[in-house]
Amino acid sequence: MIKHDGGRYLFRRALNVFNLTMSMAATVFGLFWLGWLLWTLVSHGISSINIELFTADTPPPGAQGGMANAMIGSLMLTAVGVLIGTPVGLMAGTWLAEYGRENRLASVIRFVNDILLSAPSIVIGVFVYGIAVAPFGHFSGWSGGLSLAIIMLPVVLRTTEDMMRLVPDQMREAAAALGAPRWKVTVHIVYRASLAGMLTGVILGIARISGETAPLLFTALNNQFHSTDMSQPMANLPVMIFQFAMSPYEGWQHLAWAAALMITAAILVLSILARLLLRTNSFGK
Amino acid sequence: MGGFLKRRGASGSKRTTGDQVLSDELAETGTQSTVSGSTHNTRWRDSAADLVFKSLTQLAALTVLALILAIIGLLIYKAWPAFHAFGFKFFTDTTWDPVGGQFSALTSIYGTLVTSLIALVIAVPVSFGIALFITELAPPWLRRPVSTAVELLAAIPSIIYGMWGLFVFAPLFADKAQPWITAHLGNWPLIGGLFQGPPIGIGVFTAGLILAIMVIPFITSVMRDVFDVVPIVLKESAYGIGCTTWEVMWRVVLPYTRVGVVGGIMLGLGRALGETMAVTFVIGNSHDISKALFMPGNTISSTLANEFSEAVGDTYTSSLIALGLILFLVTFVVLAIAKVLLLRVAAREGAKT
Amino acid sequence: MNAVRIEASQIENPKIAIRKLDFYYGKFHALHGIDLAIPEKQVTAFIGPSGCGKSTLLRTMNRIYELYPEQRASGEVILDGGNILAPTQDLNLLRAKVGMVFQKPTPFPMSVYENIAFGVRLYERVPRTEMDERVEWALRKAALWDEVKDKQHQGGTRLSGGQQQRLCIARAIAVKPEVLLLDEPASALDPISTLKVEELIAELKKDYTIVIVTHNMQQAARVSDFTAFMYLGDLIEFADTSTLFTNPAKKQTEDYITGRYG
Repeated sequence: MIKHDGGRYLFRRALNVFNLTMSMAATVFGLFWLGWLLWTLVSHGISSINIELFTADTPPPGAQGGMANAMIGSLMLTAVGVLIGTPVGLMAGTWLAEYGRENRLASVIRFVNDILLSAPSIVIGVFVYGIAVAPFGHFSGWSGGLSLAIIMLPVVLRTTEDMMRLVPDQMREAAAALGAPRWKVTVHIVYRASLAGMLTGVILGIARISGETAPLLFTALNNQFHSTDMSQPMANLPVMIFQFAMSPYEGWQHLAWAAALMITAAILVLSILARLLLRTNSFGK
Repeated sequence: MGGFLKRRGASGSKRTTGDQVLSDELAETGTQSTVSGSTHNTRWRDSAADLVFKSLTQLAALTVLALILAIIGLLIYKAWPAFHAFGFKFFTDTTWDPVGGQFSALTSIYGTLVTSLIALVIAVPVSFGIALFITELAPPWLRRPVSTAVELLAAIPSIIYGMWGLFVFAPLFADKAQPWITAHLGNWPLIGGLFQGPPIGIGVFTAGLILAIMVIPFITSVMRDVFDVVPIVLKESAYGIGCTTWEVMWRVVLPYTRVGVVGGIMLGLGRALGETMAVTFVIGNSHDISKALFMPGNTISSTLANEFSEAVGDTYTSSLIALGLILFLVTFVVLAIAKVLLLRVAAREGAKT
Repeated sequence: MNAVRIEASQIENPKIAIRKLDFYYGKFHALHGIDLAIPEKQVTAFIGPSGCGKSTLLRTMNRIYELYPEQRASGEVILDGGNILAPTQDLNLLRAKVGMVFQKPTPFPMSVYENIAFGVRLYERVPRTEMDERVEWALRKAALWDEVKDKQHQGGTRLSGGQQQRLCIARAIAVKPEVLLLDEPASALDPISTLKVEELIAELKKDYTIVIVTHNMQQAARVSDFTAFMYLGDLIEFADTSTLFTNPAKKQTEDYITGRYG
């Protein structure tokens, strides 16, 4: 047997305990911020939650009000983002999963998509400004929706492709062996099998774009009044929060916290929902 | 010869069209079912449908490519006037003068890099610790909740971080922590200068810290994934010769997952570089470069967020867009590197199975 | 027991005649010039060690390999007088005539009823009552009706493994094929389910030409009328089952059957 160097062994054990403790500390560190953030939201925002938030529009400084117009605006912008981004992402993900297995072009598109997924959203805002705002001379809800769609697209594409890839080829072969044409195999069988997963992608995308502020700053901007006119600046919660929080007016700041709490609550619910839905997926993880 | 539809073959007799054959065959097997006559036509419709389906989906996929090219193209087009006007000095100068029409990128670039660096310095060890905890230390029932909680950090919108940072964290930091740090570390040789600055809580350091928190879930998630696919035999052999858990992680798992870990860090960096709202709230918005971390500063994204809507004049707007272009290209490169590294990890896993 | 050997060349009016069939996976030459005749309304088994090409050969008969661009076949596979390898051959109609059941039961993510209706709807517009009858007919043929008649609208994946495989058989039968290709249909099943499937095959051959790939020699002996023994891409011997197993002509066949190699 090797002669033990007692001292060295003790050091190793001490180092081990130290580092494992540090790792637990790191975990606590991470969760601590989460807790603090959520606590802040609740404590600052809950007192301002009342029914008026849903019924009244954003007030001028110093006055009482709500955020009904911002909520409606956010819903509309998100809807446009989802309605444009989802079909494109879905179809593109389908192409990658079904026709792009060994394809050079497909690899490039996959690569670019992942980059787009993490790209700075403010630059997306500048881009949409350049193509949809500047040429028309004014901010609009449509341009806001468009920038949200560009952010949603990569999320949906990625999840769609990943989920469709999980469907075993044997199932495709079984359908083809019955004589089903390629598109029916994909639409009737593969989509059906990966439905939960694809839905998850859409939900995650919605969660993501609901909180995005930067891309709306130069596209939809904000609107103090109630308006459903998408060709004009559109009220929305994130930009409203930005403007109100940075202002010196207490009433506005309270509204900003209330809005922040509601948005975060909605996003967390959606994220958890997506996670649960993913668990019901029959294939893979 | 032709297709088998054209002839009934060995046991049969007639030459018939596809429809007839099908209905004959169906009659033969003895059930009473009617066949609508359009079976042959559906075949042609299906081939056309196949083609349409493939083309539509391919078009959608190409949209992604078109999009990124359009973004880069538009940015270059609109940024060109600024580059043309200021030339290379755009990157080296620190003037930012909207009134006089002189702009340069250095302060914003500096701020972007420094805040991201601070973020990584804090986030990487913390993420490693969390990943270690989740994969090695946590009891099975704790793993999922902790992972989920860490991922929720990523779900919280950037603007929330900003508000929290400005209204809650910064005052506390200014009151309690900052004076202590400045007093105790501010006099150290070399690095002391980093810890100077007015105790107002906002500034480059605060922005870096908040970025760190935002970026932790991304790095942790990648690290956790690569740690999970380390072959059990490798870890067991290390434990088998008497390594402590720490030694297994540090000496065996980490070197093995090196490529993936760096990929994850690059991913975190890419995210940190582009973060806007959180940074805008707490960085102080000053076009100055200072060694001291507690001083206010600027990042490319915060400059854009603050000034883009009010920019008047072509040079101003163009300079801002030039900043955006720089940010986009830098992020693009960083994310591309991350992707390449992570693809290599995936390839190695795929090759083994 | 009559030791009358029946060879491929002696089969009159084969349902499928395979002539000089070569098959490639990319550059790999998997099947070498196969000549074979599949008799009508009989069960023909393909046996041989792993990698001999039996599944590959089976899959040429409904051209399912066409899903994969790097796989290709040359030669002739003549079904009822027409070469199905010809480029003019309509693949979907081929597969209406030649059905396939796979090794792993793969029910579609829908109800039992819908699983069967899916195939039928590809070719026919059938009103509801008729579809009900068709589904019942297919399930009865697959010896599954009694077990699922009250569960027709439950998910296909909720059945047991053996039931799922019989569902796949019912699904294949529902489109009224003439040939049934079975690729190791019982290898993923427990012995009792296997027995049920084998009994089913004996019943089905009255109406369909059946080709079955199996790595289980005893199964081939139990179930098939004719057997083809393959090795590394070549057809070594083809004869009626009893002769092949009791009096093989080639030493290689004998060695395999007696277990000298696996």
